Order: sequence, then structure tokens, then C-alpha cells
Amino acid sequence: MTTERKIPAPLTLPDTQPYWDAANEGRLMIKRCDDCGEPHHYPRDVCPFCMSTRTGWLACSGKGTVYSYSTMRRGDVAYTLAFVTLEEGPTMMTNLVDCDPATLSVGQAVRAVFKAADNGQAVPMFTPAS
Amino acid sequence: MSLDGKAYIVGAYEHPTRKADDLTVARLHADVAKGALEDAGLTKDDIDGYFCAGDAPGLGATSMVEYMGLKVRHVDSTESGGSAPILHVAHAAEAIAAGRCNIALVTLAGRPRAAGAILRLQPPNPDAPDVAFEGPFGPTTQNMYAMVARRHMHEFGTTSEQLAWIKVAASHHAQHNPNAMLPKVVTVEDVLNSPMVADPLHRLDCCVMSDGGGALIVARPEIARALKRPLVKVRAAAEAQKDSRGGRVDLTYSAAAFSGPEAFAAAGLTPADIKYASLYDSFTITVLMQLEDLGFCRKGEGGRFVADGNLISGVGRMPFNTDGGGLCNNHPANRGGMTKVIEAVRQLRGEAHPAVQVANCDIALANGIGGSLASRHTAGTLILERE
Repeated sequence: MTTERKIPAPLTLPDTQPYWDAANEGRLMIKRCDDCGEPHHYPRDVCPFCMSTRTGWLACSGKGTVYSYSTMRRGDVAYTLAFVTLEEGPTMMTNLVDCDPATLSVGQAVRAVFKAADNGQAVPMFTPAS
Repeated sequence: MSLDGKAYIVGAYEHPTRKADDLTVARLHADVAKGALEDAGLTKDDIDGYFCAGDAPGLGATSMVEYMGLKVRHVDSTESGGSAPILHVAHAAEAIAAGRCNIALVTLAGRPRAAGAILRLQPPNPDAPDVAFEGPFGPTTQNMYAMVARRHMHEFGTTSEQLAWIKVAASHHAQHNPNAMLPKVVTVEDVLNSPMVADPLHRLDCCVMSDGGGALIVARPEIARALKRPLVKVRAAAEAQKDSRGGRVDLTYSAAAFSGPEAFAAAGLTPADIKYASLYDSFTITVLMQLEDLGFCRKGEGGRFVADGNLISGVGRMPFNTDGGGLCNNHPANRGGMTKVIEAVRQLRGEAHPAVQVANCDIALANGIGGSLASRHTAGTLILERE
């Protein structure tokens, strides 16, 4: 792709500020429940599995596999929406970037990269691992 | 819950417009209400319950009750996107059974086409906890549903050709509907040759965008029997929600996998009893998922099930969306649930177009998926019976 897609700034809320601060440092984090041990995404103060309010941040490897994806061709710049399943378990919505969409496949190994949204906030995206 | 015999659909009306340049959203709601009242043989003053969803402008039911000059003792603004009218019919039947109203009006209307609205899944409400974690990635209705199609293809070998058959079947029905936006019969090749919107979904895998709306009147049995229209009984209904489950994403099934079995159990019926099905066809993949999840075929076999015209009335085993559906007829307010119920009522009354009328149509199903098939959505399943 010759043109870069403008990434809308995430409408962040105070409870997930550590996620965005980590992203600005190039680190991907998800939340895990201190009581039931289950990781989840998107991050919440309240565990969606046991309703415990004891949730904490877990640093991720940034490795994952493509669960599904679709390249949108209607707008000015084509972009690829995806669900990526992280090594730590949860599947997250993201974009697949810095690749030819025609070469992508479900199950493909990907790694996190960080792209700046239009307000400068880094946002986790993924690119083929090799 | 089993609603068997507690309430009947006594009025149904679909607005003929597909582009409402000169009609306001409130006026469209009133127009369809008037049409359904005339269809039922009732007047405004007979209404004592009112149901609407987020397409109604203002403060839910409160604003539309004022605009239409209704006097009601029961209101319900349950919002579940495109499946809302299906939930409303069920909730109306429950309210009638509970004695909270006798004659309920359900309306849906909108003019996204005239307004030039862009389809967006996520309104930028900063307090919605998911928005920050989705908005930057550009999820739209098209690419979200496309990810469901992609995963289905990966898991089960479903093909674009098979999905295209769903559009082909809808177009065979739409050719008989003078109001349909896309009345031309299309082929599998036409679908595959249409521009790719969000791969693997082509332009003709997507529903139309239209203005318009529809309304339904639900009444208690004594009232229904006193009216002159064929009796369409609410036999059973169920609703269910599904989402990304804290990151345990599984795109191979929808909430209809829960609402369908519950509705069938409440009705004491199986999918084999259904003579006609209205299935929300926002996209071809939406229909395929519902067919599987409701039990019309096994999970993963939807592609083979829909192929070769199996959904075409008079041709296949499972006639669906005989008005042309959202894929060819209309999709008022970007919400398909209302027209699904209306066409099921037409079929049960024997008032569908003769070319698509299902013979001996005594039991019909309407199912809607509101929200996004790929993330959070609510399914509503309604089983109706001609008495």
C-alpha cells in the first residue's frame, strides 16, 4: 500500500490508561484475574469470568496467530481488520499491517507492532512473524 | 417462554418507500402505524401498548407516543438493533399475557438512505468500554461480517459460490415484489463478479440500504378473533445474546444457537415443522449462520444446504425471505427484523405474492440478529402459527 491509513485515536478511559501507556513504550498488555487466573481482553476492572475486582496487568509476548481477517476495499485506503489470538489466550481485534493482504491466511503466525494513531497514541497491530 | 395462544399478530404493514426524501423519521413511524391499524381494522384509540427501538427519534417510546397522540399504559423501548422488532413482538405477547395491555403497536422506521448515513458499528460513545479497543482498527458492518465468513470458510470449507446462492434465492423472490430495490434475478456468477467490498464478501453479498419501515399490531386472543383478518398466533419466542466473551472469540456460531433451540423447545416443534423462514439477511453469511444455528442443517453444512436453489420458494426445501429480504427488497433504518416478521405474517395469511406463496404455510419462523455477528449481538427467534 502506498498510502497510509489514518488511524482514529482510541477513545481511552482512565481504567485502561496503563494499557495505552505500555503501548506507547512498545509493550502489549492484557488483563488477568488475580482470583480465577483467567486472562481477558478488552481489559476490564471487573473479571468477565468471575466478577472479581482483583484484576491485574499481564505483559504479553506480542506473538499470536490470525483467527480471521478481512481487507476492506471500500474507502480511500485498503486496510485489513483482524482477530488475532494471542499466545496468552485471548483473541483481540486489530489490524494486520506492513504486508500484502493477498498473502495472509487464517492460522498464520504474527507479531505485534505499534502504529501511531492520529493523536500520537500508539496502537497495537500485527504483522506476519517471518 | 411458551406464549402459545396468549397473543396474535392482527395487523402488519410495510412502507412502500425505499427513499424517503420528504418524510421525517417520526412521520414514517406514524405512517406505518396507520397502515398496520388499517390492516387490522383498528383505530389509534384501541392501542394501549407501544414498542419501539433506537430507530425511533427522541426518548424511545416516550417521544413517539407523544407524536402519534397515543394513550398507552405499557411502553417498551428494548434496543437490540435489527432484531428488536422480533423481541418486541415477544415482549408484547408477554405483556398481553400479564394483563399490562390488550393491543400493542410495534413500529420501526428510518431514512438512512435519504440522510446519506454511513453504516458504522460503533457510535463514538467514549463510555462504551469496547470502543477504545475496536475503533482504531476500522470495524464496519461489512468487514466484521466478512471475518465470520472467512472463518466459516476456514473451518468448514464453505465457498463464495455457496454464499452467492443465498443472494440468488433472494433475487428470485424479489422479482415478484414491485417495491423491491433490486428486482432483477441474479446468478452465482453475478455475485462473484460484483466488486469485493470486504473480502470474502462481494457487493452482492451485502443487503441494500433503504428507507422505510413497518409496523405490527399484537392483540389478545378475544380481540384477534373479533377482527376479520386470518389468525396468526404467537406460538413461542426466545432471545439470546452472544459476544466476544472476554476474548474467547468464536465466530463459528451466533446467538441464534441459543435462542433457536429455546424457541423450538417452548413451541414443542423442530425445524422440520417450519414451512417458511424469515432470516435476517444483512449479508449472505448471516443467513447461513442462522440456518445452521437454528438447526435447519448441521453446523458447517450451511454451504451445501443453501446451494442449488434450496432456499427458493417452490424449488427448494427451505423457502426463505420471499419478499426478497434485505438482500434485494429493503432494509429500513438499517434494521431487518420488522420486515422479517411482516413477510412471515403474509405467508401465514396466504397473502404473499402467488409466485412465492408457500403451500399450506401453517408454521413460520422469523429470526433476527441485531448488533454485530462478529462481536456483540442479540438474536430473537419467533415461531408463528396460522390458526
